[in-house]
Amino acid sequence: MKAFEYQRAGSVGEAIRSASDGSKFLGGGTNLVDLMKYNVEEPSKLIDVTRLPLAKIEDLPGGGLRIGALVKNSDLAADHRVFERYRMLSQAILNGASPQLRNLATTGGNLMQRTRCGYFYDTAFPCNKRTPGSGCSAIQGQNRMHAILGQSDACIAVNPSDMCVALAALDAVIQVEGPKGKRSIPILEFHRLPGDTPNLDTNLGHGELIWAVDLPPLPKEVQTHYVKVRDRNSYAFALTSAAVGMHVGGVDPTIRAARIALGGVSHKPWRAQEAEKALVGMPATRESFRHAAEFALTGAKGYEHNDFKVELAKRTIVRAFMDLVVGLA
Amino acid sequence: MNNYVGKPLDRVDGRLKVTGAAKYAAEFDAPKMSHAVLVLSTIAKGAITAMDTSEAEKQPGVIAVITPDNMPKVAAAQRPLFDKAIHYSGQSIAVVVAETLEEATRAADLVHVTYAEEKPAVEMEPVIDQAYQRGQPNKRGDFDAGLAGATHKVDHIYRTPIEHHNPMEPHATVAVWNGDMLTAYDSTQGVSGSAQSLARRFGIGADKVRVIDPFVGGGFGCKGQSWPHSSIAAMAAQVVNRPVKLALTRRQMFTSNGHRPPTRQAVILGAGDDGKLTAHQHYAINHTSRQDEFVEGTSRLATSMYSCANVNQGQKLLRLDVPGPTYARAPGESTGSFSIETAMDELAAELGVDPIELRLRNYAEKDEASNRPYSSKSLKECYRLGAEKFGWSKRNPKVGSMTEGRYLVGYGMASATYPANFWPTSAKAVMTADGKVQVQCGTQDLGTGTYTILGQIAADAVGVKPDMVRVEIGDSWLPNAPGSGGSNSATSAGSAVMLASQALKKQVVELYAATESSPLSGHADEDVEARDGKLTSKKDPTKSVEYAEVMKKLGKTSLEGEATARPGAERGGGPGEHYTMQGFGAQFCEVHVDPDLRMVRVARWVGAFGLGKVLNEKTLVSQLKGGVVWGIGMGLLEETIPDATHGRFVNCSLADYHVPVSADVCSIDIILVPEEDKFVSPIGAKGAGEIGITGAAAAIGNAIYHATGKRVRDLPITLNKIL
Repeated sequence: MKAFEYQRAGSVGEAIRSASDGSKFLGGGTNLVDLMKYNVEEPSKLIDVTRLPLAKIEDLPGGGLRIGALVKNSDLAADHRVFERYRMLSQAILNGASPQLRNLATTGGNLMQRTRCGYFYDTAFPCNKRTPGSGCSAIQGQNRMHAILGQSDACIAVNPSDMCVALAALDAVIQVEGPKGKRSIPILEFHRLPGDTPNLDTNLGHGELIWAVDLPPLPKEVQTHYVKVRDRNSYAFALTSAAVGMHVGGVDPTIRAARIALGGVSHKPWRAQEAEKALVGMPATRESFRHAAEFALTGAKGYEHNDFKVELAKRTIVRAFMDLVVGLA
Repeated sequence: MNNYVGKPLDRVDGRLKVTGAAKYAAEFDAPKMSHAVLVLSTIAKGAITAMDTSEAEKQPGVIAVITPDNMPKVAAAQRPLFDKAIHYSGQSIAVVVAETLEEATRAADLVHVTYAEEKPAVEMEPVIDQAYQRGQPNKRGDFDAGLAGATHKVDHIYRTPIEHHNPMEPHATVAVWNGDMLTAYDSTQGVSGSAQSLARRFGIGADKVRVIDPFVGGGFGCKGQSWPHSSIAAMAAQVVNRPVKLALTRRQMFTSNGHRPPTRQAVILGAGDDGKLTAHQHYAINHTSRQDEFVEGTSRLATSMYSCANVNQGQKLLRLDVPGPTYARAPGESTGSFSIETAMDELAAELGVDPIELRLRNYAEKDEASNRPYSSKSLKECYRLGAEKFGWSKRNPKVGSMTEGRYLVGYGMASATYPANFWPTSAKAVMTADGKVQVQCGTQDLGTGTYTILGQIAADAVGVKPDMVRVEIGDSWLPNAPGSGGSNSATSAGSAVMLASQALKKQVVELYAATESSPLSGHADEDVEARDGKLTSKKDPTKSVEYAEVMKKLGKTSLEGEATARPGAERGGGPGEHYTMQGFGAQFCEVHVDPDLRMVRVARWVGAFGLGKVLNEKTLVSQLKGGVVWGIGMGLLEETIPDATHGRFVNCSLADYHVPVSADVCSIDIILVPEEDKFVSPIGAKGAGEIGITGAAAAIGNAIYHATGKRVRDLPITLNKIL
């Protein structure tokens, strides 16, 4: 690990003013510190923001919630308002990592989680995300965990977060403050596709600090659910996951509104809006969901070891909706 | 004689471990300690053309940077510790010694290495034709004729991947020189082997090396030999003239201390309509490194597991640009039982015969490879009791016919087996003036309960309560014992401690009987019962005396009994009847498979084992459960994945290399089938360290087939293979 300067910020303003070239904000450290030990991240300065007063979950007028950036993953998942109103978020978080990690990891940090691609994690391998221009080892290599949607010739890494998949389905808004003031970034514009700059995971500007995540109100009629498919029953990243929401109503019940976001398939949490539209007006049946799932995976491309994800992602979507239908959610 | 042996006593070291008081190798300290960190190669094949250590040397706290260029010459007969020729990715090429671990770690990052790189080969399939025969193929009867006469055939290739042991405690060595005398606190499965290896390496007498390791946080085979880092630590300590502490990181452990090699197994079974095997072929290939030959022994089961007159069996090796493989829990039997027990299930399905029935029809009453009887074999009882407990009779043989809720249910079973090894071992039992007993043996406790069982054995043999016994192990200066591998320690050290303790009791009785006006006058050892610290005449039970009083009367501060337990003629070599000594068991499992997502959950497990005398029911059951948990990992999760282009493993962490977590492990019922074995060892026990994993992966695969109709012959059975 490279030696670094450590500074504890006393206020959001101080944290932002302290940001410099090569500095990083330190939250729970469950990902950043690991990456520093592997020399993948080599910040010159860590600005510890964990003492800032950003650990509250507050009601927003109109029925939404504001989640402070320092709310621990465990606390967020256990909050009764989250559990009642945004169940998929609670489920997604509890499907991620381990209790020990969730007790440390923060909401803001989870948004900034970097890929778990084995080539990214080991400086002995070429990796465009870590060292732009060095090449992507995964495209011709061990790519079982990798992307099937939105990837580029430069990078096929996936975003590993479960929480972000639910946030994508919930149209969360990321509240940030930086040298140029405050701004709000819709979740779908927060993470980036790799394109030819896979080194950039997000659209966060330098020195910008996440201070909250807003959840817009979700109509009570919308039921949500998160399904994760993984190799072992805990402490494993998603092969595929789906966060879905659905409002079924009417005398001859049909789907009034739907939400679909996928995890484990792309460089960012993947919202499938075309597939959502395809569900509106359809009966809540396995056939409808399969049809929507086909839409959601349009254009998906697998590689030698992850081709199976295309079909698995479709089944994951169907399962998530069917769990809602049969009351297993 | 008490009856503490067999009781499910709690581990004597349990409290020390859960409170953190048990001291592991890396926790030992010495004045002026320095810290060493290895530099590993980042390419798999080629040579180092330049090493620039200038930046590393300038780092704060750095004491020395030792490379192939400046390392001292140590005993010449051995391979150099550092080599400019690169044989695999992750090979040790230098070591940095600094005042602190952090300083050494950073400086190690800054050793700049230039390589001339060649294209490596790390996967077996592309170069499989380069495999070479190791040893003579074993042929019994006429395989071709047997197969020609078969009406049913199973003929497939089975594969198992590279697997790593991943003990919780990383390998570590603390090396302290005092003149020409070396003390090494070394995380090892064999203190005596480690000491011998270090002595050879440094060209000094074995009496000049002392290896100490009171607690081991798991080994499973990867601490079974002395790996280069131990010698590097000792060499570095000579260079800096200070004690050196060297602990491997988890990532370094993926290339520094062996792995289970991948296997490719060509298995053919031929059988008649009656299900009796007429032909059995097992040819296995495993990879090995460019520098070492390691035979996994995968195919050897074919010669004896089931009765068959016509057998072809052989073993090939394939050299690749990989680290040297090594023993991993049940080497040979774990990988070999996967293919044989899967193939038997396939044959049963083909014949429409129950899998247990097929195994009974092919039951080997004797060891057909050596033509010897088994010293004991309870496999039929294991099938019967295991099946009964599991509820095997409820199995509907039709594939995909059983469900629970939305899940497909599968029942699978397999046989388990592992040799009952027993190697020469010495021990000493010392009684002190207060009547307490100290047992000394140069064995070690890998976390299995060795301290506890040796205490129970000594307590019974001397006739004291277990809390009167103190067990000293994990020190190469104690009476000589073999490494803890091949499931031998309970048997070997247990026998030695029993004999030494019996010798102690005999001596005490005889000396006391000879004292003036002794109440036991005229008594021989066998005339005196020792129990809970008291000697009582069997001739006249009113005559009894406490050990402490005896010692006082004798005026001794201590008395010793010593013994060496040795395998007898019955294991072969001597006159009389010879036996094959082997443990057997039967594994049963139920899996639940998601019909759409194909996630597999092992829902319950029953394992029945016949392992001779039970020394401690609790630690024995725990060890067997641990083996089954490993089997769940082997069956469903574990695989070290090499990148073919760069010749380097890509999943060297416990986040990416999946071992079972609690959520993957179900209730595991272990049945200890009563078994008496008069020949296996003086203590009468067979080891249990490895048999628990054998057959387990096959039982899971067989259950998955029963649930889904998908037969996977390539471990691990990840969900994409059964989509």
